[in-house]
Amino acid sequence: MTPLDYDFLRKCLKDRSGLVLSADKEYLVESRLLPVARKAGLANLGELVSALKAAPQDALMTAVVEAMTTNESLFFRDKTPFEHFRLTIMPALLAARRASRVIRIWCAAASTGQEPYSLAMSLKEMASEIVGWRIEIVATDISNDVLEKARAGLYTQFEVQRGLPIQLLIRHFTQSGELWQIAPDIRAMVKYRQLNLLNDFSQLGTFDLVFCRNVLIYFDSETKTDVLNRLARVTAADGFLVLGAAETVVGLTERFKMTADKRGLYVPNTSAPRLATAGKPMPRLVAVGGR
Amino acid sequence: MKTCLIVDDSSVIRKVARRILEGLEFQIVEAENGEDAIETCQRDLPDAILLDWNMPKMDGYEFLRLLRRLPGGDKPKVVFCTTENDVAHIARALHAGANEYIMKPFDRDIVEAKFQEVGLI
Repeated sequence: MTPLDYDFLRKCLKDRSGLVLSADKEYLVESRLLPVARKAGLANLGELVSALKAAPQDALMTAVVEAMTTNESLFFRDKTPFEHFRLTIMPALLAARRASRVIRIWCAAASTGQEPYSLAMSLKEMASEIVGWRIEIVATDISNDVLEKARAGLYTQFEVQRGLPIQLLIRHFTQSGELWQIAPDIRAMVKYRQLNLLNDFSQLGTFDLVFCRNVLIYFDSETKTDVLNRLARVTAADGFLVLGAAETVVGLTERFKMTADKRGLYVPNTSAPRLATAGKPMPRLVAVGGR
Repeated sequence: MKTCLIVDDSSVIRKVARRILEGLEFQIVEAENGEDAIETCQRDLPDAILLDWNMPKMDGYEFLRLLRRLPGGDKPKVVFCTTENDVAHIARALHAGANEYIMKPFDRDIVEAKFQEVGLI
């Protein structure tokens, strides 16, 4: 791959997914994209770049973006956000939404489904507190491939052993040959759809909780600010935002503020001037495709 | 430094587990069957036990049953580590008092995650 080929790929990835690759990430691009090139019958990355230049809207470009943006996911990854969910977020929302009994949650970078399913399992564990409630989990990702895996809910033995307590495994999974499949009632709690965070997502409606973890780290500052500001528009004024351990809003936006002693948990900053929203107010509930 | 008793009749598995757990700063004691492991625990209870299921002399299930009857035997965190990967075995182990369950084959990440899960790390 020539330096010009690499620059071309960097620009494509930045434009289409927001992914920012530094000059020293050539090895990563080669390791992820060589299999894509070979699958398409191309000999090397040079030929892949030529094919992309010839047909930039082709499915090959989608495959390139998906290969570069697919990241490992674990059940109950980092633990702390799920403790916040159980001990802070849900008690607050159950009190605040007592009248409507509706809570909407968005996993904005759902990958292969471990995060939304971890939230769904956590909700199952508090079943007695949410009888009669409608709790919707919308899970999105840029990659159709990972969403397909998420919908199937099938995981390898290695995947179910990382982060998932054994009691939850035997309670919510069944063995399917060498794989483990998450129970239909948990799968039914999550609605998946493909979404690129660089595009408008206001059609999803307003959420009481947004999990947007380990995706902003791949964006440059300008893109981070843009995404955070648009997240603020779809987060209820008394809602919550959860970011990854290496992510923050500090220096990027004033629309969210940190919560004391709760790493990674943010709330809308109601004292910040509201951003102008185009058109009419956003609907509280919307129909969402997928499962 | 916390102690971990590795109970497995395979010297290869004990060696692999020792390397992983020493990397996680555990002091290691080994036993190759349930009988030896119970004798070890009668002398000195470890903080953690990584336990195989199928072993000669006394299997992991019987060892766990006896362990939990020893004075202070409810204290060690027991993590099964076995090729018995079906739900019935897992449920039986939890019922007998296991704290966690690792299905072989395993790697460092899995051992670390399971030991974290039960508060050993």
